[in-house]
Parts: sequence; C-alpha cells; structure tokens
Amino acid sequence: MTKSRQIKDRLTAFFIYLCSAFSVCLLVGIICYVFIKGFKTVNWTFLTSVTSVLKGTVGIAGNIVNTLIIIFITMIIATPIGIGSAIFLNEYAKPGKLVTTIEYATETLSGIPSIIFGLFGMMFFGEKLGLGYSILTGSLTLILMVLPLITRNTQEALKTVPNSYRSGAISLGSGKWHMIRTILIPSAMPGIITGVILAVGRIVGESAALLFTAGSAKLLPKGIEGLLQKPMQSGGTLTIQMYLSATSEGDFDTAFGIAVVLLIIVLIINLSTKVLTGHFDVSRKD
Amino acid sequence: MKKKAIIEKTAKIIFMICAVIAIFAVCSITLYMFMKGAPTFQKVGVSELLFGTKWAPTAKEPSYGILYIILSSVVGTFASVLIGVPIGLLTAVFLSEIAGKHLGSVVRGAVELLAAIPSVIYGLIGMMVLNPWMYQLEKSVFGSNSSHKFTGGANMLSAIIVLAIMILPTVISVSTSSLKAVPDNLRSASLALGATKMQTIFQVVIPAAKSGILTGVVLGIGRALGEAMAINMVAGGAVNIPLPFNSVRTLTTQIVSEMGYAQGLHRQVLFSVGLVLYIFIMIVNFILLKARKKGVGE
Repeated sequence: MTKSRQIKDRLTAFFIYLCSAFSVCLLVGIICYVFIKGFKTVNWTFLTSVTSVLKGTVGIAGNIVNTLIIIFITMIIATPIGIGSAIFLNEYAKPGKLVTTIEYATETLSGIPSIIFGLFGMMFFGEKLGLGYSILTGSLTLILMVLPLITRNTQEALKTVPNSYRSGAISLGSGKWHMIRTILIPSAMPGIITGVILAVGRIVGESAALLFTAGSAKLLPKGIEGLLQKPMQSGGTLTIQMYLSATSEGDFDTAFGIAVVLLIIVLIINLSTKVLTGHFDVSRKD
Repeated sequence: MKKKAIIEKTAKIIFMICAVIAIFAVCSITLYMFMKGAPTFQKVGVSELLFGTKWAPTAKEPSYGILYIILSSVVGTFASVLIGVPIGLLTAVFLSEIAGKHLGSVVRGAVELLAAIPSVIYGLIGMMVLNPWMYQLEKSVFGSNSSHKFTGGANMLSAIIVLAIMILPTVISVSTSSLKAVPDNLRSASLALGATKMQTIFQVVIPAAKSGILTGVVLGIGRALGEAMAINMVAGGAVNIPLPFNSVRTLTTQIVSEMGYAQGLHRQVLFSVGLVLYIFIMIVNFILLKARKKGVGE
C-alpha cells in the first residue's frame, strides 16, 4: 500500500466517524438543550392547570386533554381500517391491477406532506362537511395520514406468519375469517401494536395538519358533558400550543416546557417500539 | 353451513372496503387540490402567478406572483439535500460497513430518535440557537453594508441547515439497508484483489447499492419539500429571492403563515400554492415508484 493511499484511507475513515458522531452529538445536544431550558417550567401545576390571566396560572392541561382525545378518535377509526386493508392485501387479493393500485395509493398517501393533509382536511371535513375548526375535523384528517403506517406495519407482520399456520388452520376445517381472527391476528399482534404506537407518535408530533383543522383552543372541557361535546369544538394539541407559544405569543418558557413533555413522550414511544420489535423480529426495521 | 358462507363473504367485502379507502383518499385529495387550486390560474393568469415576482395580496392593487416562493422551495430543498446526503451516506457507510455491534446500535438509536422528534422542536431550537449564530455571521458579512436588510438570522441559510438535519434520518436508514443488501462476495472479491477497505466501500459497495441510495435521496427531497412548521419558525417571513441571507417564504410556509387570515382571492391563491406543492410531491412520488420498480427488477 502506498503512503498516499494510506493517508487517503485514514482521512476518509476520519470523515465517516465524524459524520456518524454528528447524529449522536446532535441528538444529545437537542435533548440536553430542551431539558435545561424547559425543566424549570415543568411541574405539577404546569401539567394540571390551564393558562389563565385571572388566576395567574400557566398550564397545558387543556392541550394534553385535546391531544389525548385526538389520539383516541383517530386511532379508534384508523386502526381497524389499516388492519383490514393489510389483511385484504395479504390474505385475500390476488396479485393484479387492484392490489398494485391500492399499494400505490398507500405509498402515495405516506408521501403527501402534512400541510397538504391540513389543507384538504380544512376544505373537505371543515368546510364541505361543515365540521369547522374542531377536534373531529383534525382527527378525520389524521386518519388519512396514519393509515399507511398501520397498513404497512400490519402487512409486514402478516408476512412473517408462516404459511403452515394458515394451511394448518384451513385443513382442520376452519373458515378463512375464523383463521384470520384466531390465528393470524394474534400471531401478528406485536407488529400491529408497533404500527399503532408509531401512529400515536406521529399524531403527537404532528402540527401542520392540525393548525387549520383542529384549531388552537386550550380550555379544559367542563365535566363529562363537556368532554362528550369536545370533539365538535376547536382544540389545540401540545405541538400547536408550542408553535403558538414560540411564535405569536413569544412565551418561550411555555414552549420549552411543552418541548420537554413532547420529548419524554417521544422517548417512551421509541423505547416501547424497540422492546416490541426486539421481542418479535430482530431483523425488521421500520 | 349457509350462515358460514355469508360470514366469509361479508368479511371479505369489509376488508376490501378498508383497502379501497386508501385509493379513495388519494383520489379525493387530488381532486380537491385541483378543484380549489386550479381556477385561480385562470383568474390571475398562469404566467403572472407562476412567474410574477411581486407578492402583495393585501395591497390596493393586489399582485400574486409566487416565483420567488417556488424558487425558495426548490433552492432550499436542493441545498439541504446537497448537505444532508453526504453526511447521511457516510453515516450509513459507518453503520453497515464499519461499526461494531455496540457503537452501531448507539448511532442507529440516535438516528431513530432524531426521526421521531416533532418538527416544532427542530423549529424551536433553530429559532433559539441557529438564528443567533446566523445573525452573528450576517453581521460579520454585511457589517458595513447599509443596503442589506438585516434578518436577525431568520434566513435561507437557517432553513437549509434545519432541513438538512431533518432529512438525515431518512437518508441514513434507507441507505443503510441498501448498503447492507449488497452481497458479501462482492466485498471479499474486491479485498482479495488487493483493494483497501475504503476503496472497496467507495468503488464497489456504494456503486452496487446505488439505486437504494437514490431512493433515499428522493425520499429526502420529498421530506424537505413538504416540511412546513420548522421552516416557518426559522426562515423569517418575507417573500424574497432565495439568497443565503435573505428572509424567505417557501411553498409550505406561505400556506402556514397566511391561511389563518387570508380572504377571497388571496385565500384561493394560497390553494394554488398548495396545488404547486402537491404537483411537486406527485413528481417526486412518481420518480420514487420508478426507482422502486427498477430496484425490484434488478
């Protein structure tokens, strides 16, 4: 090996290490910075009260409740549709035009930026269907957004279920639906749950699609009745409130406080998908 | 027996309906984007809208030129890809060719978490950390130039850096899996011929994984084009030529910052901005589909 080659190789290796270190340093930097800046804001009152000039409190309880309601409504509709779609693609459909079109549509959906979903949600659910700025409008918009995520993860999980399970069940006299319900879905459960958790993560972090669909109200619903009416009313999630705090309201303490809460949620979600995929199939990536 | 057949049939139909919803969604989004965005082209005039450089929607004689907005999106996307892809590719090389088990899992974990961080957090940190740095840089470059409009660091450069960081995880994860898919005998053959490890990586492994890496790049382009909130927070708010130290608006931030109050024709033009963005994204998706097909064919 010539000397110049050796130097060149060393230099390349150095750059490779440098670039890899960059991602790690960046992540550590972001987490440290957010926690240092926001740690003092986050306390029990911040999490359980609503920002009010009269009472002199600063809090994000309303936004937490809104986020939870949006997650609940979105997932309760998107999960069955996503799983159903994956089952159809993997278990029923024969390769052909229909399957290609559905798969292409799913792929396209996952490539559409959230601001476009936001525009569509505002035009269609908000204006055409007359739902206005409401949590329901936001949730319906998000369903379209997380659908590909659930479908794809379920499909991957179904692919790992050995064919012998299917033929075994069928040859024992089970109907296809019975086989899917009792054999396939339980076997694919870790993959399905991973998809669901990833979708929840996507909802928690989403902002552009919600700004013009779910609005930005931050009051807590009053009692059970208020909670039941909440879906028809405007409600800002954590990310929306953080965006507003950092821009129009100029309240950076609250913004960093919310950032801490968001980061903790992201860390928990990341950890739980890791545990699940680790249990389930080591080689599989998102 | 008959009841069972009915159940089977119903199950199949329900699953099929679930699957068709995706097609339905894509079709209605496309339809709506065109329905709401296309008429304005006629009202304002195609060339005036696409090639006009003056954006003054609330002026007495309103003008709706979005050329600079389109250019800002294009320049921002390509510049961020230019920065993000080399860093991402080298990190992918590290993950697939060099890293041991422990170091690899640390870097991989970090990249996965970076992908999961909400874009508003990137925006917030960009505002608080990157913008002041850029302001320093701006002052040292334009210190004595009185004709320069100071942006306080909220400029194109900040947007490019934030975008470059945000596309990193996509580029890294797609490139890593395509590098890993390169068969080991190629590596062994190259090493046996006397090539060094670095020569093997850059002249054998990367060329062999070319189509997968390109897919990652295209995905990165799509991500950068569509990013809205983070850019809106760091790029300033004025419509300008996309020069590094100018405050800029991109297709996405234009919608985010004006949709809240826009009325009448102004609002409709914002839908046209959305349509332009949508067409860009559809082109990217189409390229992606072609690349994937080619990848399968090989």
